[in-house]
Amino acid sequence: MAELKEIIISSDNIKTDEYLVNMGPQHPSTHGVLRLLVKLEGEIVHNVQPHVGYIHSGIEKMTESLSYTQIPHLTDRMDYLSAHMNNEAVALCVENALEVEVPERVKYIRTIMAELQRIASHQLWWCATGRDLGALTTFFYGLRDREDILDIFEETCGARLTLNYSLPGGVMFDIHPNFQNRVKTFIKKFKKILPEYDELLTGNVIFQERSKGIGVLSKEDAIAFGVTGPSGRASGFSCDVRKHQPYSAYPLVKFNEALGTEGDTFRRYQLRIAEMWESMSIIEQLIDNIPEGDYTAKMKGVIKLPEGEFFQRVETARGELGVYIVSDGKKNPYRVKFRSPGFSNLFAINHIAKGWKIADLVAIMATFDLVIPDIDR
Amino acid sequence: MTHEELTAYLSSRFPAAEISQGKQYVEMTVAASDLHSVAQQLKEAKEAAFDYMVCLSGVDYPDHIKVVYHLESTSLQHLLVLKVKTDGRENPVLDTLSDLWPTAEFHEREVYDLLGVKFNNHPDLRRLFLDDTWGFPLRKDYVDDVHIVSR
Repeated sequence: MAELKEIIISSDNIKTDEYLVNMGPQHPSTHGVLRLLVKLEGEIVHNVQPHVGYIHSGIEKMTESLSYTQIPHLTDRMDYLSAHMNNEAVALCVENALEVEVPERVKYIRTIMAELQRIASHQLWWCATGRDLGALTTFFYGLRDREDILDIFEETCGARLTLNYSLPGGVMFDIHPNFQNRVKTFIKKFKKILPEYDELLTGNVIFQERSKGIGVLSKEDAIAFGVTGPSGRASGFSCDVRKHQPYSAYPLVKFNEALGTEGDTFRRYQLRIAEMWESMSIIEQLIDNIPEGDYTAKMKGVIKLPEGEFFQRVETARGELGVYIVSDGKKNPYRVKFRSPGFSNLFAINHIAKGWKIADLVAIMATFDLVIPDIDR
Repeated sequence: MTHEELTAYLSSRFPAAEISQGKQYVEMTVAASDLHSVAQQLKEAKEAAFDYMVCLSGVDYPDHIKVVYHLESTSLQHLLVLKVKTDGRENPVLDTLSDLWPTAEFHEREVYDLLGVKFNNHPDLRRLFLDDTWGFPLRKDYVDDVHIVSR
């Protein structure tokens, strides 16, 4: 026995060589084709280098040969879980440039659709987060509830994912006669279901152990890396475009910007749950008051923007989307740049994940809610 | 700060810069050689406090490439569009701002990748989306007969 004791070495003294592991491009927790080149020592992450571009589709280049009514259709394919907000961003940018005032009805419809889209996106994020951390049940719950919203979308505009609903001037079609009733039924139902999400995952000991205090992002770093959306707000960075530069019907509603201070994985999780409650409250304030009127403003067949530069920001489910249009007065834009929220958020991961274990990297990635086409464009 | 206050402040602080009121925001164009020092002052001066870089874009023009920075102050809630022109299109070079705003590191890599603007002192200037055999697709004279259908 005496001999055995001598050979027990403290694990602190064992040093291994650094080695590189490719996480992705086909890894379930990267939620798409993203490759992370991770430098590890044992299980400890020393460096994360994201390699992007696997689905770079050149959307910015394509827009240069498209008309302003065609561009929104491409934006659906960037962040497909915030398709409506992407459409809306381009529509608003063009309307501001032309100084077109859209009917009140359009503003209400757009805001309600955007908030439904936000809830649907957060539902999918919630079920995928649970799955990433080993709680498979959440996947079935989340997808089941998301189906209700997708059915409403399908009835409204014929599409479930790539909506193509907002166009410069208004929306593509008027809402379905059933729309208000279905939305109200959904809100009533989801208000009962959302507490179940907390019972299933939030209170789970294993989930809390894996998320509390993990991957802390300070407020200063969130601002420096441009981390927006729920991920930035969990660190206390007040960056909600809906509050700071309100557009559509947001000036008319009362809602709280959910903010945190801890900036850890668990806070980012809680924040998105809180946002779903806020979204439901926004929809409730608007759904009974949709004014009568046209669903689109009168627009010319061929839209030509005045010469100049236009910048429009909207809040998608992932953060701040910026559309920067440079126009030379022709029917096609001279240059379009999309400042996508996922792009800035992704590159903060190296800063956050250093020193944590590789399993924590999965948890951090899950609460950053990355959508890869949004990054690659 | 309101647009007027911001314009007045910037014109007293940076007399060499070209300041104008754009359609939405205050716009300031600086010389490429002044870029880094101006940016540093914009970030560090208490009256400006531009701590958040919203967007960094490159635009190709016939005789130069313009890089456009949208800067916002999270404490003072104002936004400035900072612009800088490169010297020609053959070998465009600018100073990096990634030491001031870490997010610029990756936005600059994107501009390098798609427009071919090099950034001095950049910690890791590699192509981002495409591999080295590609040209610079966002330049106006870029021709790709295979992938781009032109009408």
